Amino acid sequence: MNSADKIEKVKKGSTSLSNTEPQGEEKEYTILNLGPTHPATHGIFQNVLKMDGEIVVEGESTIGYIHRAFEKIAEHRNYYQFTTITDRMNYCSSPINNIGWYLAVEKLFKIEVPKRAQYLRVIVMELARIADHLICNSVIGVDTGALTVYFYVFQLRERIYEIYEELCGARLTTNIGRIGGMERDFSPKAWAILDKFMEELPVCLKEFENLLVRNRIFMDRTIGCGPITAEKALQYSFSGPNLRAAGVDYDVRAMNPYSSYEEFDFIIPVGTNGDTYDRFMVREEEMWQSLSIIKQAIEKIKKEPAGIFHADVPDFYLPPKEQVYNNMEALIYHFKIVMGEDNIPKGEIYHAVEGGNGELGFYIISEGGRSPYRVHLRRPCFIYYQAYTEMIKGAFLSDAILTMSSMNVIAGELDA
Amino acid sequence: MDKEALLKTVQDKLKAQFGEGLLSSEISADYPVFILNRDIICNVVKFLYDDEDLSFQYLTTLAGLHYPENKGQELGVMYQLHSLTKNFRIRLKIFFSINDPNVPTITPVFLGANWMERQEFDFFGIIFKGHPNLKRILNMEDMTYHPMRKEYPLEDGTREDKDDKMFGR
Repeated sequence: MNSADKIEKVKKGSTSLSNTEPQGEEKEYTILNLGPTHPATHGIFQNVLKMDGEIVVEGESTIGYIHRAFEKIAEHRNYYQFTTITDRMNYCSSPINNIGWYLAVEKLFKIEVPKRAQYLRVIVMELARIADHLICNSVIGVDTGALTVYFYVFQLRERIYEIYEELCGARLTTNIGRIGGMERDFSPKAWAILDKFMEELPVCLKEFENLLVRNRIFMDRTIGCGPITAEKALQYSFSGPNLRAAGVDYDVRAMNPYSSYEEFDFIIPVGTNGDTYDRFMVREEEMWQSLSIIKQAIEKIKKEPAGIFHADVPDFYLPPKEQVYNNMEALIYHFKIVMGEDNIPKGEIYHAVEGGNGELGFYIISEGGRSPYRVHLRRPCFIYYQAYTEMIKGAFLSDAILTMSSMNVIAGELDA
Repeated sequence: MDKEALLKTVQDKLKAQFGEGLLSSEISADYPVFILNRDIICNVVKFLYDDEDLSFQYLTTLAGLHYPENKGQELGVMYQLHSLTKNFRIRLKIFFSINDPNVPTITPVFLGANWMERQEFDFFGIIFKGHPNLKRILNMEDMTYHPMRKEYPLEDGTREDKDDKMFGR
């Protein structure tokens, strides 16, 4: 309908000029490109939305803007070289990706990791989970208009990054640990920062919750926003906090324990409505649970013989540098590992860890030789994000953005 | 139930229901694996979904496979199912010729298979028959090949500025 027709219609007595009400027989819709570089998408992906005024009628997601062919790269690298690639999936919690990859590879190589190294890994993974959830939850705050909380919790995340820095030298893309254990033991400084963090987190998290959890504006914005039922969530193979917010208590840590999680005592928080508020609350409670797991792990480590942080697997674990410089055998092993000249046993395994966003799985087929024959990455974001356009149908645009941030869609994991 | 018992249970049920459709079954390093005739894959997934003792109602993932040496069976799809109530995990596999890469879709059973199947179509050229919206997902739409097939090199073969075949490129 062109403008002349419109004017004609109004002259004939049509009452409304509003965009949301139908004028004559046909209804007008606006096509809105949300993304690829919209600040509210927190990453490079696009949603083409058909809008009726402020209401989303339907949408289509377009992804792949930062596709980097990880699965293809994996077929051409040897196993330890792929670790740095896993960093780039969910970069908010890259240690979980790294250790998840090691656990999968160790399952293939049949390496038994000593208990103390497992507990150290648990500490690192739970720290990563806290960092991931802090970002997601504070970003929900930002998208509801509360910018303060975002800056407030970032000092905590900074503390976590200081621990990473002390453990591996990097902050965001960590490459933490090695096949067979950790790269190095926790230094006294790392323990000191961890102790400080354990004191700071409850205070800061409590204050963070005081600002949001019973905040009327926040509740009005998030309750009932972007809900999904448990049945639908399972149909869409949701996992992680998004599935638990819908009321399904599936947590890989509890169902298929790895890295000694079966020894830890923690609860799996679940929601009821699967809306933004529930997702927020589930993540919030998971941070408290992670805190308790770290506490238990610190206690358990005290009972283990000190100084053990990796398995005795000279075929895969790099010898210490001073030996490489002074000992011929160590130099040979170093060369052999770095060049990847190993004949890996044939096999086919799948190993999943509970990542920041859900079940992060690594499916590896080895046909022998130095590199995997096929690697498939089960990226939780990629799988649950397909439900997004269905979840926002009939919602306001601002709620659609809130739903997206509460699902914690990370572009790196989406596209791999 | 340990994995041998699970293998036996699922094997018996599939044998009874589909007969020759179940080509073989084995225990891999971790889970039972069932190799099936590709035409019945959707029915098998539906059957395992509805079965009360097993209730495989969660699709963990699906992945395309390419074995260029297996003539007539070059391409494949691996489906990994999970029974959340019983905590069983199994793997289903189908293999078929690269010249006829048609597979029935499982989107009627699992909505979440939608993007997973699109991804495998994109990378392996496996055509999922009956898929509601089968088009490329991560690669651009005017791409003419399927890059995860083994014959495609990781990098552009015409590049001359890199010479590091020592490192396995």
